Amino acid sequence: MNVVELDHATITLGGRAVLADASFAIGPGEFIGVLGPNGAGKTTLMRAILGLLAPSAGHVRVFGNHPQRGDRAIGYLPQVRTVLPDLRVRGLDFIASSMHGERWGLPSLSRADKSMIEATLDSVGARDLARRPLSEMSGGERQRLLLAQALIGEPKLLLLDEPLISLDARHQEVAIAVVREVCRERKITVLFSAHELNQLLGTLDRVLYLGNGQAVLGTVDEVVTGPVLSRLFGTDISVVRADGHIFVMSRGRDVERVEHAHDHGHDHGHHGHHGHDHHHH
Amino acid sequence: MITAITAITATTIIITDMFQYQFMNNAFAAAGIVAVVSGVVGYFLVMRGQTFAGHALSHIGFAGATGAGLIGLAPLWGLLGFTLAAGIAMGVLSERISNRDVAIGVVLALALGFGLLFLHYYTSFATQATALLFGNVLAVDRGMIATLAVLGAITLVGLASIMRPLIFASLQPELAEAKGVPLRFVSTAFLAIVALAVSECAQIVGVLLVFTLMVGPPAAAQRLTTGLWSGLALAAVLALAEAWLGITIAFYTDWPVSFCIAVLSALGYFAALSAPRRSRTGRANEAP
Repeated sequence: MNVVELDHATITLGGRAVLADASFAIGPGEFIGVLGPNGAGKTTLMRAILGLLAPSAGHVRVFGNHPQRGDRAIGYLPQVRTVLPDLRVRGLDFIASSMHGERWGLPSLSRADKSMIEATLDSVGARDLARRPLSEMSGGERQRLLLAQALIGEPKLLLLDEPLISLDARHQEVAIAVVREVCRERKITVLFSAHELNQLLGTLDRVLYLGNGQAVLGTVDEVVTGPVLSRLFGTDISVVRADGHIFVMSRGRDVERVEHAHDHGHDHGHHGHHGHDHHHH
Repeated sequence: MITAITAITATTIIITDMFQYQFMNNAFAAAGIVAVVSGVVGYFLVMRGQTFAGHALSHIGFAGATGAGLIGLAPLWGLLGFTLAAGIAMGVLSERISNRDVAIGVVLALALGFGLLFLHYYTSFATQATALLFGNVLAVDRGMIATLAVLGAITLVGLASIMRPLIFASLQPELAEAKGVPLRFVSTAFLAIVALAVSECAQIVGVLLVFTLMVGPPAAAQRLTTGLWSGLALAAVLALAEAWLGITIAFYTDWPVSFCIAVLSALGYFAALSAPRRSRTGRANEAP
């Protein structure tokens, strides 16, 4: 059974078809790199999978069913991560807030929940973050905490929306390695959106490239080619391979890097979050 | 030894002295109820970064209170009605108001303007205006204590029933939405709870000084603790201590109660700011 399936799906946002008549299917245990220019619909696709946006035409299916808001089988790391600047909440309490956080009444943390949080933090090598307040964590540490949170509850599908943003190169590699290891071991399907393909080359099984309302899923060799990307970007794209790296160029400029730099230029509403661990190649 | 006994005796005399008066007993009871409610609700106000909204609600309440006076109702009901309506409106509209601070500021100023207009036609009550703006805890009667107790209970029960999703939605709104938390309902319900707390708080320290109990103590508590329950407890205890100590100081100095509470609240906050951060001490040398 496919984990995620779009069947002639059109997803509209603010009157614009972010995805138009898109079809693809992702199987169990696949590590999918989700790429594409800003506004191509990476976040929108994830929100549709989470059941937060309904397709205006066609179908989105998750584990063969209509997406359900609050599906426990899906772990999610949102792109816009509002971090209040002076939040002195311990890592443990931060994660605990998300466990059954949709239930009414007073918060409570059972012994089982607590040990589950600690075990998950352990699995991403972040045990010590449980006791430390969020306001004193670096960008890399926060990211690791959020990753651990997404893994809690044994999800079968992990949606990671730009998890590498705000991390320096070393932490980016570590983050990818952690996701790869945990997900291979637990056979979790991963949708990992990113700006840069190269870091994910050794990890991803297939790539889902979005652009111009279209979605193309396939191996890197099938998808990351001049003709396909020219269609997705709506401009003339050439793909240059050198030294095990792939460069997506438009009129001599590296598209991914331009996009990347652009992305840091505007504020996503992360308050004081981007400041940490910044690094530009 | 003798000095110690003398000191204790002196203290006892001072305290008995103070509690000989019914109005002081009433003031302590009312301030006690309101301080606990304010500290607890204020904790979430500070956590969510919505202190300005709390401030605005109290000003809007001022218009309600003077308006109520004009038509012969007790100011508390006008306060409650206006703050509740405004809190719910803010919650429902919050997503449409992109620049929230400006919108709130404009409505706040408008409300104060209306408050002034109502006051203008309500001339017999100049002292009442001061009481509304700066509080008059020494004039609280038994009936008001009962009302505050009931309102306080409603506020705390309301808060308790939404506390779990409220914390989730405050800390991680994007994830909370994905997990099925109705964000708008939670934030609207919370602002309604804040409106109740503000109305109660204004009875003690006045609409202009609700920050002294709703923001000062919780903000200090958040500097001093990282746990949820310890933070809530500390916020309530600090608010209670500042309110009671403020009344005591006022009794012996004849300074206004709200002034004393305001000073204590500020002192508490700045003391907490300068207190060494507990968790940092052990982790100062962490590798970058």
